[in-house]
Amino acid sequence: MLQALRDTLPANRWIRLVLLAIVLGVIFTPWLFDGTRALDTAARLSIFVVLAASYDLLLGFTGVVSFAHALFFGIGAYAVAIAFDHFAPGFGVLLVAIVAGLGVSLLVAFIMGLVSLRVKTIFYAMITLAVASAATVLVSQLYHLTGGEDGLTYRIPKVLTPAFKLLDDKVFGVRVNGKLMNFYLVVFSSIVLFLIMVRIVASPFGRVLKALRENDFRAQAIGYNTLAYRTTATLLSAAFATLAGVLMALWLRYTGPESVLSLDIMIDVLLMVVIGGMGTLYGAIIGATVLMLAQSYLQGLMGNAQDVIGGVPILSELMAPDRWLLWLGLLFIASVYFFPQGVVGRFSGPAPKEATT
Amino acid sequence: MTTHTTTPVLETRELSVQFGGHVAVNRVSCRFDSGTLTAIVGPNGAGKTTYFNLISGQLPATEGEVRLRGRVLGGRSAAHRARAGLGRAFQLTQLFPRLSVADNLRLVVQAKLGLGFRFWQPASHLIAVDREVEALLERVDLAGRAEVPASQLSHGGQRRLEVGMMLALDPEVMMFDEPTAGMSLDEAPVVLNLIRSIKEAGEKTILLVEHKMDVIRSLADRIIVLNNGTLLADGEPAEVMSLPSVRQAYLGESGEGAT
Ligand SMILES: Nc1ncnc2c1ncn2[C@@H]1O[C@H](COP(=O)(O)OP(=O)(O)O)[C@@H](O)[C@H]1O
Ligand SMILES: [Mg+2]
Repeated sequence: MLQALRDTLPANRWIRLVLLAIVLGVIFTPWLFDGTRALDTAARLSIFVVLAASYDLLLGFTGVVSFAHALFFGIGAYAVAIAFDHFAPGFGVLLVAIVAGLGVSLLVAFIMGLVSLRVKTIFYAMITLAVASAATVLVSQLYHLTGGEDGLTYRIPKVLTPAFKLLDDKVFGVRVNGKLMNFYLVVFSSIVLFLIMVRIVASPFGRVLKALRENDFRAQAIGYNTLAYRTTATLLSAAFATLAGVLMALWLRYTGPESVLSLDIMIDVLLMVVIGGMGTLYGAIIGATVLMLAQSYLQGLMGNAQDVIGGVPILSELMAPDRWLLWLGLLFIASVYFFPQGVVGRFSGPAPKEATT
Repeated sequence: MTTHTTTPVLETRELSVQFGGHVAVNRVSCRFDSGTLTAIVGPNGAGKTTYFNLISGQLPATEGEVRLRGRVLGGRSAAHRARAGLGRAFQLTQLFPRLSVADNLRLVVQAKLGLGFRFWQPASHLIAVDREVEALLERVDLAGRAEVPASQLSHGGQRRLEVGMMLALDPEVMMFDEPTAGMSLDEAPVVLNLIRSIKEAGEKTILLVEHKMDVIRSLADRIIVLNNGTLLADGEPAEVMSLPSVRQAYLGESGEGAT
């Protein structure tokens, strides 16, 4: 594992420090930050890192453009939701749900790959978009199974709920209950999943993925069956997204189209990967952090700012909390303009230049 | 012509391809034996690169067949043909531009050894691959540039890497498409000497598209001439070069015969 980390970690020391700070910050959130809001943000952040990294495996490493990635996230979440909606919540049921979710995801990814990975990038992207919208419609139609637009609220194993008390005393001021267990289940599962992806990227297979992105024609000419590699990458990526969905369902105790399936999620993930740096994997950590913090706190921050500059006419209009999306958009444009290769891509290794003659 | 009793390593029969109405390669039948170097000459646009593309599967033939050790390749993909022993060094350099020079070569060695579908072992632990890559870097004179992205090599460096990638594959049939084009005078010998040493080892079947006559004279056992997609001549260098039809087609098109 150390070797894989050594081979893949960005060379820049500052980026490494930031990554370490984020990981430690998430792990020690219960002690570092107050309130359920922070805990919730940290848990979602871990899950989105897995989701964004799994998307990077596809987009950044293999060069496959898909808009159906949230679909696999949704399949994982709905597998758990439907299982817990129908059966008493236990870890056996959870395991079955995970296996079923993975099965469905892999099947869908395989069919999509088989049908469309042969075609040109733009057509594949369009097909995935169509499949993703079809899935959203399907979920709202299958009301009895999925809860339709309302989604499903369900119970999860008791040891993962606030009602479950592990210790009577607080540990350094933090209550050790099921909620905390749930938090660490999510965080450590995310870390493990991320590390598995690191290993895949550092493997001979990962090397081939980069080759596909760089020059598909050449990869074929030296004997790689590029369709097989691309399909495998799609399957792997779908599997990790599914597992991220499972974690989301466990954490939220609610699964609905808005929370796991919407186009918004797809766009968020896309932004995370682009901001962090495509084809770096670690960019997912930075991209997800930037976006999650912006989404969770930008609105509040702007509220504060407005209090300060309340009197200034145009500025206070611009700083109205409702305008936070505008600022997020500007932030995104700025980041793409200044760091077209993403934060991690920009600060690690030599910047790829055009061929010199 | 001599009569062949053994199966040639590579053979094309009536191989043709059309682009719209234009016949780029027209019923070319040829046999290539092990241990020989065949130069393929002809003016620009004669169909030399296209002929290679048909053999190595980058382009489907509209008619005719390619046989490798007697077996018809039919609709086999380029990847399959590469694994079966047909290697290309492209006229227009085809590298993995943002990967390091060493990684470009590692990818080829890894392909040759069939290690692509390993998901868990760190790629940097493939000692055998790295050792082979080191030797290759020496051979194409890129040892000092191993960790540079391929796109940052000079033109000559990229051409040498292109050749190095085919050497890394170590295929039975080696197709060089103008390997020294655009190279400086001191760079070209590196590649030409490599080709010569491979030829002298006598195990490979080499096809070489080359314009420079002195190079051809010193390396080739045989010359085939393509013109407008058709096979104009096939034989020993001296014999072919003296044919009036060849002189006309070749010298008529491109003055000094080199581009
Ligand atoms: N993919 C293609 N589509 C259409 N025409 C092509 C294609 N490839 C090659 N040609 C044409 O076929 C002819 C032979 O080209 P080529 O094989 O590259 O010649 P050479 O390598 O001998 O210079 C040229 O007229 C070229 O324009
Ligand atoms: Mg050519």
